[in-house]
Amino acid sequence: MSIFKKIITAVRGGAREAGEAVVDANATRIFEQEIRDSEKHITIAKRDLTEVMAKQMQAARELAQLQTSIKEHEGYALQALEQGNEALAIEIAEKIGELESNLADQQQANESYLKSADRLKELIKKSERQLTDYKRQLSMVKTTDSVQKATSAITDNFSASNSKLLSAKDSLERIKQKQANFDDKLKAAEQLESESGDSSLKAKLQEAGIGAQQSSAQSILDRLKTK
Amino acid sequence: MNIHTIATHLNQLQDATETGFNFDCTPIDGDIDVLQVEIIGREEIPIFLSVSDNQILCIAYLWGEDEVKADLKANMIEAMLEMNIPMPLSSFAKVEDKYVVFGALSINSSLDDIELEIVTLSDNSLEVISEMDTYLK
Repeated sequence: MSIFKKIITAVRGGAREAGEAVVDANATRIFEQEIRDSEKHITIAKRDLTEVMAKQMQAARELAQLQTSIKEHEGYALQALEQGNEALAIEIAEKIGELESNLADQQQANESYLKSADRLKELIKKSERQLTDYKRQLSMVKTTDSVQKATSAITDNFSASNSKLLSAKDSLERIKQKQANFDDKLKAAEQLESESGDSSLKAKLQEAGIGAQQSSAQSILDRLKTK
Repeated sequence: MNIHTIATHLNQLQDATETGFNFDCTPIDGDIDVLQVEIIGREEIPIFLSVSDNQILCIAYLWGEDEVKADLKANMIEAMLEMNIPMPLSSFAKVEDKYVVFGALSINSSLDDIELEIVTLSDNSLEVISEMDTYLK
């Protein structure tokens, strides 16, 4: 059964004993071990891949060398034939035969390394996908578990503190009420400030012509005239 | 990131708050660490925060199954599914017999991100309760 299905079944069943986990702790540990194993396998596969790729490069290099060598010897054989040295030409031809047989071996090796490398790359990709999937599933199990534990801690806390759980509507009502009280207080404070504050006294004094007066153009002119 | 770092940060914010709210955080005892975050003025709907291996979960409890008008339950659930994507940062869910809104954050989130998540979750839950009250008894 997939983890997803297991969680749905366990959660919907509702028949769980208190404290019973969705997927028991032992299963989770096994799962974690599987993840560690896959990670180890991927590391090994990657190391193998490096080795195979190195060997393939070596084989390719040797292949190129053999091809050059064969070309060279073919040239020598032709030269020997031109000189009429049949015996030498045959000796060279034998050498070419040897080189060609080596070439065939190397070609085979090269192809087999290439195939192994492809296979390993595919395997690593597949294992990495699998690992991501394992991790996703484990995270689902752990999250379900932790939400359950958190919920039971929260519920215990509520009953321990004897606080009554309000209904959603009541809670909202109280919060709105508090907000309204706060707004009212703010408004009242503003009003008080404007009524009894410094600003209102100054305005009254000004009106009565007491204290520092705002200088008008006329008063400045009058002052200048008296000089 | 652990709940104590988050609690210390939120409790000392005062005027330095990015969101304009003040917080009161209390750790809750249990099998795993849970932080109860109260936004001052909204104490009735606290946010519960827990930290696991790879994520930080913030949950606000909306209402219980017993508060739902039975004949409107299907409509309510449909409305929740339809609102799930438009609702910023939070999603609907059900934990045991309680409907919740929650947000999941990366374990690498900054403290400012966490503060924003909590406040958004709180705003969302107040709005959800006030807009969905037709489904409630």
